[in-house]
Formats: sequence, C-alpha cells, structure tokens
Amino acid sequence: MEKKKKLDSKEGQRLLQQMILIRRFEEKSAEEYTKSKIRGFLHLYTGEEAVAVGVIQALTEEDNILCTYREHGHALARGVDPNAIMAEMYGKQEGCSKGRGGSMHLFDASKNFFGGNAIVSGHLPLSVGMALAAKKQKKNNVTCCFFGEGAAAEGEFHESMNLAALWQVPVLFVCENNLYAMGTAIKLTHSMQQLEKKGAAYGIEAAAVDGMDLLEVMEAVEKALKTIKEKGQPYFLVCNTYRFRAHSMFDAELYREKSEVEEWKKKDPIPKFQEFLLKEKLITAKKITEIEKAVDAQIQESIEFAENGTWEDAENLTRFVYSETESI
Amino acid sequence: MSDMIKITYREAIKQSIRDVMQKDERVFLMGEDVGNYGGAFAVSKGLLKEFGAERIMDVPLSESGFTGAGIGAALAGMKPIVEVMTVNFSLLAMDQIFNNAATLLHMSGGQLNVPVVIRMGCGIGRQLAAQHSHSWEPFFAHVPGLIVLSVGTHEDARGMLISAMESPDPVIIFEYTFMLNMEKEIPADSGAVEIKKAKVLREGKDISLITYGAGVYKCLEAAEALGQEGIDAEVIDLRVLRPMDEETFLNSVKKTNRALIVEEAWRSVSISSEVISRIMEKAFFDLDGPVERLCGVEVPIPYPKHLEDASVPQVSDILDKVKKMLKP
Repeated sequence: MEKKKKLDSKEGQRLLQQMILIRRFEEKSAEEYTKSKIRGFLHLYTGEEAVAVGVIQALTEEDNILCTYREHGHALARGVDPNAIMAEMYGKQEGCSKGRGGSMHLFDASKNFFGGNAIVSGHLPLSVGMALAAKKQKKNNVTCCFFGEGAAAEGEFHESMNLAALWQVPVLFVCENNLYAMGTAIKLTHSMQQLEKKGAAYGIEAAAVDGMDLLEVMEAVEKALKTIKEKGQPYFLVCNTYRFRAHSMFDAELYREKSEVEEWKKKDPIPKFQEFLLKEKLITAKKITEIEKAVDAQIQESIEFAENGTWEDAENLTRFVYSETESI
Repeated sequence: MSDMIKITYREAIKQSIRDVMQKDERVFLMGEDVGNYGGAFAVSKGLLKEFGAERIMDVPLSESGFTGAGIGAALAGMKPIVEVMTVNFSLLAMDQIFNNAATLLHMSGGQLNVPVVIRMGCGIGRQLAAQHSHSWEPFFAHVPGLIVLSVGTHEDARGMLISAMESPDPVIIFEYTFMLNMEKEIPADSGAVEIKKAKVLREGKDISLITYGAGVYKCLEAAEALGQEGIDAEVIDLRVLRPMDEETFLNSVKKTNRALIVEEAWRSVSISSEVISRIMEKAFFDLDGPVERLCGVEVPIPYPKHLEDASVPQVSDILDKVKKMLKP
C-alpha cells in the first residue's frame, strides 16, 4: 500500500495520538455526562475514529469541514482546541461556540469547521453551496461533508448529490456508515445497502472503504481528493464503520446484540494502527505510553478549563440572534 | 422632488435585481426557471443574457437543496439571491431556512453570518386554488434570526432588495404575484429603502389602518373613499414583519385611538394577532374602542373567482368595517 510506504514515524505518531485523544475524550465526556456536567444529547464517536482522522489529515487548512451532531472527533482531528470543545459541552462561554451550541454544535470559523449540524442531512446542501462559492471565487479548496448512512435516506442527500454533480463543485461527501440510523439497522432503511452505488445515479465517482482501518481510509481519501482536484468534480466516499457505544446517552441499545458489538470491537481501529506502527518500527511501546499520558493530561486540562469557565450572563440571552454589525 | 416615472411592480423588482447584480460581483440569482424561462413570472426576463449563466442560475426542482446551497454559498462569502418560485413551495425549503439560515449565527456563538436573501412570490388573486394561493408570512415572521420583509408598494419593490443585500443576516422577501402587472408612479431616482421601520403611507386622525403586502393598496384605496365621507384614516404599511417595528403603529394608535388590522393571511395566529397583542400591551388606555381586524377566511383557498374574492378582505369590507367602528 502506497500510503504505508509514505507514512513516517512523526506523522504516524501524530495520527495515533489523535485517535487516542478522540477515544479518551469521548470516554471522559461520557463520565462527565453521568456527573451531569454535560447535558442535552451526547453522541459519542467511539469506534469510528479512523474515519475522521483518516479523512481530515488529508485536508488543507483552507478546506471546509461540515459534520453531524456526532462531531467531537472531527473537531479534535481538525485541531479545534480540546479545552474549547469541553467548555462548549459544559455550556460555558469559553466554549468554541460560546456555549450556545453544546455537544451537537461545535463551530470554529478560524479552522473552517462548520459544525455540528443536528438535522440529519440538513448540512449537505450547505456543503454544496460552500463548494459552489469556492468555484465562483476560483479558490482551490475542497468542502468535506461528513454524514451517516441515515442521512443517505433523506431527500436532501439526493438533492445535494444531484446539485454537486450538476454544478461540478469540489465536494467530498463522506458517508460514515455505522449500520444504524439511531436504532434502525441499515437493512430496514436502505433498499440498496451498498451505499457507494448511489453515486452512479448522479455520475459521481464513489468508493467504499473499511472505515475501521486508518490506512485504508487515508489511501481512499487521497484518491478521492485527487479526483476532485483534477476533475473539478464531487466524490462520494463511503466509510464502513461501527460505533461501539450507544447512539446517545439515552439509548438502551435494544436493537442490537451485545455479541455483535463485541465482534466489531475486534476490528478496533486504534490497536490495529498501533500494531502497524510497532511492526513497521515507526513507534515504540514506550512512546505509546507517553502519548497516552500526554492525552490524559490534555483531557484533564480540558476538564479544568471547562470547570473554570464562566456562565454567560442571562442578560446576554438574545445575543447572536441578529448580527451586531450593520452590514456585510 | 425628483421626476416621477410609471413602473410595474414586476419591472421595479427586476431593476432592483439588476442594480445589485451590477454593484457587487458576489451577487448571483438562483432559482427555478430564473434563467432560460425568464422567471416564472417574467421578473428576471433578459437577465440571463445580461449577466450570464454563472450569475443567473437555473436550478432543479430541489427547493431544500438549492435554498441550502444558497445558504452555504452565503457562509462562504457570496451574496446569493435565492428565488423560491412561490411561498407555496417554500415548505420544502423550510428546514434550510428555519434550522440553518436562522440558527447558524446563534449556534456558532456569533461566528457565522448568513447574508442570503430569499425572495418568494405569494398571495391570492389569480384563481390558483388551495395549493398555490398561500399567505404564509406569519410562519416566517415567527422565527427569530430571520428578517422578514413584505413588499406592499412599488417603491419597496424597487428598493427593498437593494437594502436587503446589505444585511449580514438572512432576509426573506415576500412579493405579491397579484401585483406584478400593477403600474404605479414612483420617483425616478428610487433606490435603497429603509428596512427597519414600518411606514405611515397616509396620515389621518380618525383611525389607524394597519396592514402589509396585498392589503396596502386596498387600505389606501379605502382611506381615499373614507375621506370622501369625512373619515380621516391613517394607513400604515408594516413592511418589516420581523423584527416588527411596533413604535410606528403604537404612535399612530395613540393619535387616532382606533385601529383596524387588515391582512390576507388566515386570522388565527397571524400578523394581526401579534399587532393587536402589542396594542393591548402598550396602547390599551389610548383606545376609544375595541381593535378590530379583517383577515383571510380560514379555508383552503377555493378556485372560483367569487369564492376566492370572498376569502380575503376587499376594499368594500374595509369601508364597511371602518364605518361600523366609527359610527356604531
């Protein structure tokens, strides 16, 4: 595999660090949720780390990213400050959306990170529009839009695929197929479960990849971006993956067998990538321990940051309904 | 005082579109049939030839998709004018307008502006029956984050869009298809208009007729007729349905001590409901009698002309109602 050859020790370690950060950040978030520090809906990305990390590492700073409400991992992979993410989930005004959004609405315009969108498929048209703007402005950036397989059943998915192909705009559609739309299995929601085949209906090049394998994702996304840049066309990448935890913290997981979850855990992307790095001598066991320690310290710092954050004065309640600038 | 010119409502809107297209390269018009067809109501006729297909974009029948794309393009630095052919089809785009355009500034803690303008034809009067005759201004006026304008006069047809294009926040503009062919005189140098305030179109001392949209010319006509009978009616065009300018109509009611609200939308939970509530809250003790209203009858709009006419207030209804209120 080409990517394996190219991956150097420093980059390999950085990617492993990101996946471990996401995994542990989510575990900590769940813990904080049970302590009622985080409220509302909390959707954890555990198990799907290779997708966000694999895709986002290939993007440039100018590329736009839009995500679903299961987006902590993407924000972390994008380099949004973990402290600001945790503070956002606490609802503190030091959060990346000033506490107004919470877990489902992480935004960081300085990183071209556009949410945190919680209406399934509602952000797909936005991504097409952002790519259309880039084309009109003759910019060279790509807009990358993550969504689940549940979104692919929505009308907006089909409208967006059609528009993107019709207008020939640089969008990378990344479907994170984790097999369940909340609690409803893909076999109950899609007549055609090989989702990548839906690309052909719009003349969009598409591929499916093992989303539990970071290297596979990296290779697939590299090809996707090359196609987008060379042909100026959208691309549809399906990453087949699995969430190890419940849909949200309210979910009793009545719809799937524990044994199924255990089977998928054997495909855990983190140990898999770790073993690869060890085997290729791109990392040492000692270094892994150091990374884990550093991640734990970073997460602890984010908790302290969030704890020490401040509540916005209720007098400011109606801020950000309309802009504070007169014109644009 | 500048010269007056005769202009149709359609031509006034078209000139406003030309003005903003010429002024700002970031502006483009997207909508169903806006290009090759010349606009479903011929509003954009000739603009494709003048500005080219990049800036006058025909779109597929995907209201949610293209409205969302307009919002996305606005997020990415463009200034799109999205034409939803008529309000009747806007429900298909409601998710984009309510859940994205109206919320992104807030959810992102003030980071993201959505400078999109969404125009749509609306209203009754062409015998188009139940699915093509809607007056849904109240739906949109319900939503914080949107600016909702109603084009009740030719001067506003000429100027509202120009001003709306300067807004950093999403603007919905309601145009009245029934008025497209109507010809009126406006100053030759008409252009940008103020879009924060209601407007007193006719001063009077006996009663305030408060209206918007298709009710404006009806109220002005009624006021002239009432003048012949010695009743001096003040006519207020609300113009901005959100955020509503209450100062103008409260001042009027404090002067005339009587108010009649006229609108074509269905009576329950309407613009008039809101106007009356505010009069009760803030001008109750200035009233000499109960505030009354004439609204759309609560029925899906029927096809036959006589029943359609009976579904909304007519000039004769306004005359009768005012006389009853003043000379019981």
